[in-house]
Amino acid sequence: MKNFEIIKKRRLAKNVCEYTIYAPSVARHCMAGQFVILRTDNDGERVPFTVCDYSRSEGTVRILVQEVGYTTLKLAEMKEGDALCDFVGPLGKPTDLSEYAKICLVGGGIGAAVIYPQAKQLQLEGKTFDVVLGAKNRDLLMYVDEFRGLADAFYPVTDDGSFGIKGFVTQELERLINGGMKYDCVFAVGPLPMMKAVCDVTRGYGIDTVVSMNTLMVDGTGMCGCCRVMLDGQVKYACIDGPEFDGHKIDFDEAMARGKLYAEHEHACRLRGGSWK
Amino acid sequence: MEVINRHKMPTQPCDVRICNFDEVALGYTADLAQKEADRCLNCKNAPCMKGCPVGVRIPDFIAALKVGDIRRSADILHEDNNLPAICGRVCPQENQCEKLCVRREKLGGAVAIGNLERYVADWSLKNDTAKEKCSCNANISVAVVGSGPASLSCAADLARAGASVTIYEALHQPGGVLVYGIPEFRLPKKLVSEEIDRIKALGVNIVTNVVVGKTLYIDELLDAYDAVFIGSGAGLPSFLRIKGEGLGGVYSANEYLTRVNLMKAYDKNAVTPIIRAGKMVVVGAGNVAMDSARTARRLGAEVHLVYRRSRAEMPARLEEIEHAEEEGVIFDLLTNPVEILGKDGRVVGMRLIKMELGEPDASGRRSPKAVPGSEYEIECDGVVVALGTTPNPIIKDSFPLLGTTVKGTIAADECGRTNIDRMYTGGDAMTGAATVILAMGAGKRAAAAIIEDAKSGRRKNS
Repeated sequence: MKNFEIIKKRRLAKNVCEYTIYAPSVARHCMAGQFVILRTDNDGERVPFTVCDYSRSEGTVRILVQEVGYTTLKLAEMKEGDALCDFVGPLGKPTDLSEYAKICLVGGGIGAAVIYPQAKQLQLEGKTFDVVLGAKNRDLLMYVDEFRGLADAFYPVTDDGSFGIKGFVTQELERLINGGMKYDCVFAVGPLPMMKAVCDVTRGYGIDTVVSMNTLMVDGTGMCGCCRVMLDGQVKYACIDGPEFDGHKIDFDEAMARGKLYAEHEHACRLRGGSWK
Repeated sequence: MEVINRHKMPTQPCDVRICNFDEVALGYTADLAQKEADRCLNCKNAPCMKGCPVGVRIPDFIAALKVGDIRRSADILHEDNNLPAICGRVCPQENQCEKLCVRREKLGGAVAIGNLERYVADWSLKNDTAKEKCSCNANISVAVVGSGPASLSCAADLARAGASVTIYEALHQPGGVLVYGIPEFRLPKKLVSEEIDRIKALGVNIVTNVVVGKTLYIDELLDAYDAVFIGSGAGLPSFLRIKGEGLGGVYSANEYLTRVNLMKAYDKNAVTPIIRAGKMVVVGAGNVAMDSARTARRLGAEVHLVYRRSRAEMPARLEEIEHAEEEGVIFDLLTNPVEILGKDGRVVGMRLIKMELGEPDASGRRSPKAVPGSEYEIECDGVVVALGTTPNPIIKDSFPLLGTTVKGTIAADECGRTNIDRMYTGGDAMTGAATVILAMGAGKRAAAAIIEDAKSGRRKNS
């Protein structure tokens, strides 16, 4: 097997694919919450992806990719047996929820990729936890069967009501809390506005909330500062201090503005249908 | 005696070069090199050598050039300098070898040692196709962490001494600051890769995409190798800690230069995006600030370099300052940023305050003080913060047994021996941000210590 070879490619939704990459060097020390940086080809950019699953014995790392820009569209063109140019990790700090007893994992859209390894980890540790998973519609709701098998209770929600409860994850979370669920931690991963909204809910109930900041990055090792976020007025680097932070201390408005920085560039990529040159 | 002046380095005309990323300095012609070499007085006591951190036999390589034996000149150069084509371009010779040259102003100025080094090294890259090979007798194996100047220099010396050497690099391309930091117009990347190829030809193995401390742990390296050298550099950028620094369009110099250099964003077709500012403010006055300012000029921006002291205190090399000025970088001296102004998450301006110089501070430079009531605002749509860097914490965090200083640098003796047995360091990781050549010198000293300790069986804790 070639290093960084795509062993398995599975389309989960219209613009979402799951890739299993052969990368024993990365799988060896990989833990839930960490991320990788990859380049598809020699002209490619460096893009971070949170590790969705890994197998140390098979030397594989799995990532979930939503097609939005050059790299993700290029990946979509690649086939099983093709190899990535570069694949480095595991980067960032692993998740640490050890101090909590009753946890609610909240995933939005592609954020399912980040709470999935966490669910597996918590199950291994014998902890009790619920999962609230949301998406626009049924097609974009990822790993439904897997979560159902792992969580104590699983609450799927969709914006359009095509699956599970109609509504947003925040409404479902609030309903659960008001219904008497005593969570001491909410672990929320998804688009920035969703994480911000979850934090706004939990703040009111005084529930610790951990979020995973999927920022823009270049090197991913603390060198460029592109991934910086403001945490309680302090500059933190998502790549080496995170990617997970206390959500109640994150300046989400700044993070959202930073996240949109190259939106036009990504849009141009999509218009060209992935063939950038 | 007729005084022959130092021969100037030919450069690309200013109006042409600010429209491209090609090298500014064009290099001596054979004729210029010969004439400049002839200026060397070949002093017996070789004062110039005392200024060279890697101890190049300067009078000897110039003497060989004088008599037309350029191959021998190149061999002499390579004996002590593992990256001469790079050093000939980026060393601050005016503070090192050339500062000690006996040819002072009255005698036409110091011999242009750097320019000659570059000439000989470039000739060698083009013509010495038979690369130097080492017979690795594998008496000792060494892992080298990082592939910047300190590591490359250390690895090359180790390989020549018969060690089997593996370099682990975090990025996708080896070279460290030589590829991500220093711009193409000052140090062409093709040349860096050619000099690295020479080192690979010595038998050095380079593995990219390995972040030591994450992908591989230090104790795993200590288990698998006889010695470990840490040359992880000083990569963590410092920010101003003022309001507005999180705005879109505010870059650390590291990010700005990495996007443009390593990720080739100077090419409009490059995949990695960069904001092409109309008016860019660069904060700082070191070499990295000059590199950023000159890069922004080439990307089409009006560039203001904001510095809180005066021109005399600027830490950058004089040549870089002059090149920046020639290229139209506007120096806003005795000025300090107070706040970066934004609209809709993007930078739109900067509030600045005038400064004046007071008494000399600990660094010997006159310390700047704000002039009350002198705040003013300027418009800009891009900011690059070039205020220096601190050591990368990944290694320290992943291996807390390693002794570090309060500054975060790795504590070591003058030969790079750390508090951990069989573990060595050098370059910016040990000293904090400094120059390419000082890092190379440290790499060489550590290589010598590694070989010496291995031979003598010296082990700190046993």
